This record gives sequence, C-alpha cells and structure tokens, in this order.
Amino acid sequence: MIRFVEQHFVPLKIHVREQPQLFERFGARWTPTQLILDESGEEHYRIEGFLPKDDLLAKLEMGLGKLAFERQRFDDAQRTFHDVEMQHPASGAAPEALYWEGVAAYKSSNDAARLQDTARHLSQRYPESEWTRRASVWAKPASRVASR
Amino acid sequence: MAIAWIRDVDEAFRRARESGKAVLADFSAAPT
Repeated sequence: MIRFVEQHFVPLKIHVREQPQLFERFGARWTPTQLILDESGEEHYRIEGFLPKDDLLAKLEMGLGKLAFERQRFDDAQRTFHDVEMQHPASGAAPEALYWEGVAAYKSSNDAARLQDTARHLSQRYPESEWTRRASVWAKPASRVASR
Repeated sequence: MAIAWIRDVDEAFRRARESGKAVLADFSAAPT
C-alpha cells in the first residue's frame, strides 16, 4: 500500500480540525474521504467511507484509471481498469473496473461490440453487481448502442 | 514505515506539477 501510494501519488493529509476550510473547498462531507485530484485540483475520483486495504488499493487504482480516461488516454485507462479487475477480483471495484474497461475499449475502438462483450462478461462474473445492471442496456443490437 | 503525508495543500499541488503524479487527498478525522 505504501509503495503503491508513493509510486503513483503525492499524498496530502487534511484533518477536519486543522483545515476545515479545505473540507468545504473540496466538498468532503464525511471521513474518511479520499479524492484523486490532478495537478490543477480537478477531482477525478472520490472514495467515501472506510475500506479494507485490498478494496482501498483497488479503488485508488480505479482512480488512476478514471484520471487517464477523463484525459482521453483510453489505452492507458483500459490497461489500468483491466489491472484492477485482475489484481483485485474480490473487491467491490472489480465490476466497476470491468465496466469502465469496456467503455475505454469502446472509446478507443468505436466498436460497440466491445460494450456488448463487457455486458456479457459482467453478467457472467458479477451477476449481482449494480455495474452489471448499468451495462445491461448494452446487451442490445450494436446499432442501437452506437447511436447513443 | 508510513506514508509521508504532506499537510500543505499548495505544496502538494506544486509537487504534483513537478512530478506528473496525481494528488491523493485524504480527508481525515483520525487523531494525529
């Protein structure tokens, strides 16, 4: 965990009693809250509430994927999301990562079949997940998905 | 060994610009 954080992030600690104005500035309403921010302060991912170590690690990596995704580095994002699912398959972030891996693959290729594949994989691996329900709309003819 | 948390927000963003890394901001109420 320490190595991962130091390798990928500049770690900033903000304590509610010491810097309450920063809670207000960044909209932190609960602790612990972790935000993944770019160098200009723009938020790319938010984690609210305690998570066990493996879940937290997976979420932090999710955040790196979302940052790459939002910067339209879709190949980087796809690799990062794939890594989340492979490294943390039992974490709550795994179906979320698979969902976004599919979106990144679609954005990169413009091939709606990637979304359909993702919907199928989600229903097979994580049938109870909210992310599977979100992806269920993709399990339709490619032309309808592509027109969105 | 523990994470070397920065407490100064401006310093954190300066380091982020220099390093190309993202900032992980941890909002905490835990005793320091």
